[in-house]
Order: sequence, then structure tokens, then C-alpha cells
Amino acid sequence: MIPRHQKLLFGILLLASLVMSVTLWQLRERAHKRLIAGQDSAPTRAPEVTPAEQATLLVASDSDSSMRTQIHSLPLPADPGSRARAVLGKLLDLYAAPDAAHPVPGGGSSVLQVFLLPVPESGAGAAAVVKPKSGDFRANQTGAAPREQPQSGPQLAVVNLTGSFADSHPSGIETETLTVLSICGTLHANQPRITQVRFLVDGQTRATLAGHADLTRTYLAGDTVPAEGTQP
Amino acid sequence: MLGKITDEHTSGNNAPTDSIGFAAETLLPARRRASLFIAYCVALAVSGQLAAAQSAPPVPTAPQARFVVVLDAAHGGDDSGGRLVNNQLEKSFTLALSVRLRSLLTARGIQVVTIRESDVAVEPEKRAEIANHAAAQACLSLHASETGLGIHLFASSLSPIQPTRFAAWKTAQAAWVTRSLALEGVLNSALQHAGMSVTLGRTSLPVVDSMTCPAVAVEIAPEMGPDKKVGAGLDDPDYQARVAAALAAALVEWRSEARQP
Repeated sequence: MIPRHQKLLFGILLLASLVMSVTLWQLRERAHKRLIAGQDSAPTRAPEVTPAEQATLLVASDSDSSMRTQIHSLPLPADPGSRARAVLGKLLDLYAAPDAAHPVPGGGSSVLQVFLLPVPESGAGAAAVVKPKSGDFRANQTGAAPREQPQSGPQLAVVNLTGSFADSHPSGIETETLTVLSICGTLHANQPRITQVRFLVDGQTRATLAGHADLTRTYLAGDTVPAEGTQP
Repeated sequence: MLGKITDEHTSGNNAPTDSIGFAAETLLPARRRASLFIAYCVALAVSGQLAAAQSAPPVPTAPQARFVVVLDAAHGGDDSGGRLVNNQLEKSFTLALSVRLRSLLTARGIQVVTIRESDVAVEPEKRAEIANHAAAQACLSLHASETGLGIHLFASSLSPIQPTRFAAWKTAQAAWVTRSLALEGVLNSALQHAGMSVTLGRTSLPVVDSMTCPAVAVEIAPEMGPDKKVGAGLDDPDYQARVAAALAAALVEWRSEARQP
């Protein structure tokens, strides 16, 4: 025979369990509603859609060692550095396509940044070494860039590429030269103030792109826009 | 001798500044002085003839001047270069081509300096240093690639400048660009004469830009077939032999042009 006080205690505990279960269920429902309500009230902004603009790309072709001008329409940001990065991203996207005439893996994400600096004044020992033939790139030895950014005048573009892009780039004088040449020419074609181009890989100076083309030089991009089908 | 000079100054003798005259006048008898004077005159005459011979224009020599070609087999050691057909490495291809070309040139009486004879790593600065010390009439940097078709010839993209006594290391080729372009033209003619497709270009290679000789980078790609598709591959022995023979013929032609007055 169960004593009466034990029956009473059992009933109280059972009732307390039921009450706690109901309370927990209600708290869970309330937390769920609060979470949903919080997500709904999160501030959201519609992405800014810039109007599509025309960009001139100098697209290389390995079959005949040529570079041809192509016009593409793509949204371009207003900031010149971001604009240059977007244009180069489109160029490298073309090279990463399966049917590319100048196949280079990596794509647009291979361009980490493009910094635009005023062209440093060359000293006596920094004579430009210029190749006279149109359509060829030129190189010189110049010093470091000053810090201030003037509103006009020639600019030096510092293109920071990813290490994976350089590591996976096909090795060869011609293919590496075409890549460097097309980057320089594309930058100048879209922003004529860019007259010199330097390259970094993961933020560091690298001797060559993939064993051949010199990446330690400053390339003069002023005359790199070739005529249709001009060979490098 | 120093003691004698010191004695002369302390005695207050106004002897001639010529040391031989001073010795003859102060220390020797008359007959001995006369014989020494004659010997002195003979010595003066001989030395004058030697000086005249040294200042005279050089006599034209026979056209058997020293003709040296530097062959730079690119890459080597840890730097394997590009990967070619059948997993062949660029460093092996360029070394084999260098050896073959050296044999062909030596057989034609051309002195050859090779940058490397085995699978060893040679720094770009060292390559240029070897080439510059050789004072060569032609420097070829040999490369290979699966990209493109035919033979790619590259001269330095540096602009031509007048030769100076001291040239910047990284742009030393600038004084030789004109000759390098001429060598590129001779190579182009010989390769096209051998029926090969040739692409001419300018580029910036650290090794070539530091060379003080007519320098051309030769990049060998698969042969272009008659339908403008890939013909013979880089692993084709016949193609390799034809390329080497054409390059050797071009350098022989370059030698004959260099020896023309």
C-alpha cells in the first residue's frame, strides 16, 4: 500500500513536469519567432548596378602570335583602380575560357589589386629603353613612385597578380610575352593616363612570370596598342 | 743607386737629369764614356723604332679572325623550364639542342662556348657573365615551348643606344640591339629557307638583356604543318635535326657577313 504523502508528492512532481514542458515549448516557440523576426528586420540594400560600359581588350592569340582589339560591354566601377582591375579580370576570364586562343588558367580572380600611382620622375641613370616599333612593349628602369596622387599626368599601374596565376601560367617566351603585352595594352587602351606598368605576384617582386618574361622591369604601355592583328 | 743619387744632391753637382749621362760624366773615363754614349744612342734609336712601330696603324691581317658563338641552353638543375610533349622537360631539350648545335658548328670551324654541358643550374647573371667574357660574335639563348607553332625568334626589347665604356648590367644589351636584330634577320632567312615557319618578336629576358654580344633568343615550338596545324612535334628527331642544321647554316652565314670588309 502506497502511503498518501507519497501519492501527493508524485502528483506534484508530475504536475511540475508538465508545467515545465509547456513552458519550455513556449520559450522555444518564442525564440524561434524572435529569430525569424530578427532576420526579417536585418537591413538590406539592393546591390548597386552600374551601367554597362564598353571596354577595349587586347586579346592575344597563340596561333599567330598576334593581339587583336576586342570591344566588350561590362559594368565598370567609377574608381580608376577598381575599373582597371575589372577590365583585366574580363581579359583573364577570356584567357581562362575553354576555347581561348591564348589559354591561361586562373580567370578574373587572378588580379588581386591594381594600384595607380603617378609616374616617378626618371633620374639620369633611369634612361628609358624604348623599342621603336609600334605594337611592342617597352621597358625601363625607374625608381619608386612618390606618394601623392596628382589629378592629371601619366600614371604607373602596379598590377598585383596571384601566385597561383603565375605558377599555372604556361611556360614559354612567346606565351608569357603575350600575356604581359596584352595586360599593358589593355590598361592603356582603357585608361590612357596609364603609361607604365609594373607587376607584383602576391604582393612581392617576382623575377619572371613563368621562367621567361621579366617581371622586375617597368613596362612602358604607351605604345602597346597595336593595329588589328599586329604581331608582338 | 739611391745612395748615389743622395750623394749627388749633397755634393751640389748640377748633373743632367738623365741617369745614364750623369753616371758617364762623373764616374767613368773618356773612352768608356764614348762607348757608353754610342750604346746609349743605339738604345735610343731602337726604342724609337719600337715606339714608331707601336703607333703605326695595324697591318691588315688575314680574314681568319676569331669567331666565337655562345650557346645558352636555357634552364637546368632545379629549373626544369616548361613541360613538353611526352613529359619531356625544356631543360633537357635545350641541352640536347645545344650539344647537337655545338657539334655542327665545331665541324664548320666555329669556336663554340656553351653555358652548360650537363643538367646543372646556372644563374642568369652567370650565364651573361660567361657570354660577355667570351666576346662572342653571336649568342643564342635556346628555349622550347609547346605554345604556338614554328620557331620564335626574339631580340631584346631594349632600345638601341651608343656603346659606352660602362654599361648598366640589366640593360647592357641596348648597345648591341642593332646587331642582334641583324642576327635575327639572318636566322630568320636561314630557317625560312629550310621551310620552317618563323615568328619574329621583341621581349625582355633577363639573360639576353645583360649580354654584350649580338644575342637572340630562339624558342622552338612544334612545327607548323601545311594545313597550319601542328606538324612535327618537338620529340621528332628529324625536326630537331633540321632546326639545328638551319641554325648552324645561319651562323655560318653570319660569320661570312661578319668577315666582309
